[in-house]
Amino acid sequence: MTTLDLSTATRRDLNGALHALPKDAPTADWTVLHPEGQHALAAGVNAPVTVTIKGHAGYYCAGMNQQATIIIEGNAGVGVAENMMSGTVHVKGDASQAAGATAHGGLLVIDGNASARCGISMKGVDIVVKGSIGPMSAFMAQSGRLVVLGDAGDALGDSIYETHIYVRGSVKSLGADCVAKEMRAEHLAELAELLAAAGVDARPEEFSRYGSGRTLYNFHVDNAGAY
Amino acid sequence: MDINNIPQTLPRFSATFDPATLAEIRRAAATGIYDIRGGGTKRKLPHFDDLLFLGASMSRYPLEGYREKCGTDVWLGTRFAKKPIHLKTPVTIAGMSFGALSGQAKEALGRGATIAGTSTTTGDGGMTPEERGQSQTLVYQYLPSRYGMNPDDLRKADAIEVVVGQGAKPGGGGMLLGQKISDRVAEMRTLPKGIDQRSACRHPDWTGPDDLEIKIEELREITDWEKPIYVKVGATRPYYDVALAVKAGADVVVLDGMQGGTAATQEVFIEHVGIPTLAAIRPAVQALQDLGMHRKVQLIVSGGIRNGADVAKALALGADAVAIGTAALVALGDNDPALEAEYRKLGSTAGAYDDWHEGKDPAGITTQDPLLAARLDPVAAGRRLANYLAVLTLEAQTIARACGKSHLHNLEPEDLVALTIEAAAMARVPLAGTGWIPGMAGGM
Repeated sequence: MTTLDLSTATRRDLNGALHALPKDAPTADWTVLHPEGQHALAAGVNAPVTVTIKGHAGYYCAGMNQQATIIIEGNAGVGVAENMMSGTVHVKGDASQAAGATAHGGLLVIDGNASARCGISMKGVDIVVKGSIGPMSAFMAQSGRLVVLGDAGDALGDSIYETHIYVRGSVKSLGADCVAKEMRAEHLAELAELLAAAGVDARPEEFSRYGSGRTLYNFHVDNAGAY
Repeated sequence: MDINNIPQTLPRFSATFDPATLAEIRRAAATGIYDIRGGGTKRKLPHFDDLLFLGASMSRYPLEGYREKCGTDVWLGTRFAKKPIHLKTPVTIAGMSFGALSGQAKEALGRGATIAGTSTTTGDGGMTPEERGQSQTLVYQYLPSRYGMNPDDLRKADAIEVVVGQGAKPGGGGMLLGQKISDRVAEMRTLPKGIDQRSACRHPDWTGPDDLEIKIEELREITDWEKPIYVKVGATRPYYDVALAVKAGADVVVLDGMQGGTAATQEVFIEHVGIPTLAAIRPAVQALQDLGMHRKVQLIVSGGIRNGADVAKALALGADAVAIGTAALVALGDNDPALEAEYRKLGSTAGAYDDWHEGKDPAGITTQDPLLAARLDPVAAGRRLANYLAVLTLEAQTIARACGKSHLHNLEPEDLVALTIEAAAMARVPLAGTGWIPGMAGGM
C-alpha cells in the first residue's frame, strides 16, 4: 500500500508517480489523502492498480483512465472518468456534469446522483448510476450502456446512436430520436450482468429500455424539425 | 416607325438575383435541404493581395539574396510545454481528418511536411498509424466530438490542438455524410457504417474559458506537461477569443479566417459567418501585446494562405507561423485540370470542384472510395507538397531580405502599406502613399 497525502505532495507528484507504474503488472494499492477537490486527480493512469481517493475530487478525476480501478470516497466534479478506455471508476458520492463523457470502455459506477449530460457522447463505456441523472444525459451517445436506478431528466438520449439506456424510475422527457424500446430477453440478461458488476441488488424487470429510433441517421427533409 | 425594327433591350441579369442565386433557389425548392460543400468562402474579400511591402531603399538596407542569412525557423509551445516544437519553416499543415481525406492523402501530407521540416495535424476522427508514421511532427486535434480520441494517441502526438472552432464555420460542428463513412472510418469513430455523422459544436465536458483552463490542465497532467497545447478558434471576435485562450493557458493560438476550408459545411455558413483572415490578425496580435504575451504565446494564422507573400504578410502583421489546408490539397493534386473530363461528369469543372462531402473526388483526395483513393500516389504527392512548401518559404525569405530582415519574424507592420482603405483599416497599416490608417488616431 502506497499513501500519498496531497496536503504535502502535489497533484503532479501523484499523477507523475501513477504514470510511472508498470502497465502490465499488478501494483500494490494506492491511497490518496486530502484531495480537497483538486482537478485532474489520477488522470491518465494506464496500469492495473487500485487508487482510493479519500475525499472529494474536482474536475476530470480519473480522466482517460486505462486499466486502473479508481475509487472516489466523496463527490466528483465535472467530467469524472471522461474518455475512459478501460478499468473501473467508482464514485461513492454524487457526480457533477458530464460524468463518463465520451468514454470508450470500462465501468463507471456512481452511488449517488449524476448531474446533467451524464454519458454525453459515450462511446462504449458502461455507466451505472444508483441515483438519478440530470437533463441532456446520453446526448449523442454512440455506444455502451447507461443504467439509472432513479429518474432521468429532460431530453434523455437526444440524437442518440447505438447506446442502450435502462431507467428504473421516470423519464422527464426523451430527446430527439430517442424512443422507448421493448425489453427482450437479451436485454434483461445484459442488464442483470451490468447490475451485478456494479454490485446493485435490483430486478432487471423493473427497468425500461430506451434507444435510437434511427430516424435521423440520414438526413430527410421531413425530419428537418428535429435537427 | 417600323414596328418590326424597334431596338430591343438586352436580356439583363439582376445583380441581386444573379444566375447562381437563381440556381440555388431552384435547388433548394427541389430538395428541401441546404447546400453543403467543401472549401472556404468563395466571395471576394479584403485579403493579403491588398497589401504591399515597402522594400529597402535609402532608409533601409536590404540583405543580399543567397549570401546573407534569413532565418525561417519557429519555436511553438515555449510557454509551458517541456518539449516545444521547432520547425524549419513557419508554414504548417492545418488539421484535416482521415474520413474527410483518404488515407493516401493523409500520408502524403505527412510525407510532404516531414521533408519540409514542418508539422501536420490530425482532424476529427483520430490519428491513423500511416499519418503518425509519416509525420515527423504531428499535432493531435482534440475536438468536441472526440471521435477516435485515445490517450495512447495523445501521448504519441508532438502537440495537442484544442479545437474551439474553425474559420469556415465558427460556432458550427462537423459533418461527414454517410457516403464517406466506410468500415474503417465507422470503426474509428464508433459509429454505424453509412450514417450521416454529425459532430457536436461544443465540447461535451467543458463550457467557457474557465472550464477550458481546467481541461488544459488535465491534458497537461495526462501528458506530463510535455506537449504544447494549442487552442484553435475561428475568426469572429479575435481580440477577446485570443485573450481568453491565453488566460486559459494556451501555449499557441491558432486563428482561422473565413477563407479557411472545411470538408463539408452548409454554404450559408461558409459564406456568412466569421470574418476575413486579414481583419482578424491585428486584433489577435493586439490581445497578445496587451497581455505581454506576443511571441511568448505563439500565433498561427490560417485561411487563404497561397504564396510566400501571404506568409510574409501574415508574419509581418504579427503571426509566428501560418497553416495551409486548401493550398496543400491543391499541391497534392486537388482540382487538377488534367482531370477536367471527370469533373465535368460530376457537374463541375477543375478549379471549382467543391463537393468534397460526396466522396467522389477524381483526384483521390477527399474520398473514402478505395479505387479513387488509390489514384493518389502518397510518395509523389508528398514530394509535390514538399516542393510547394519550399517555394512558400523561399518566397517569404525573398521578401524579408528585400525588407532588410535577417529572420522572417523580423518583418513588421511598418514594412507594409495597403492598396485599399478597407485593407488599411483591417491591417492597421497606412494606405499606400499616405500616412493614413483609417480608424487610428494620428498618422503621419
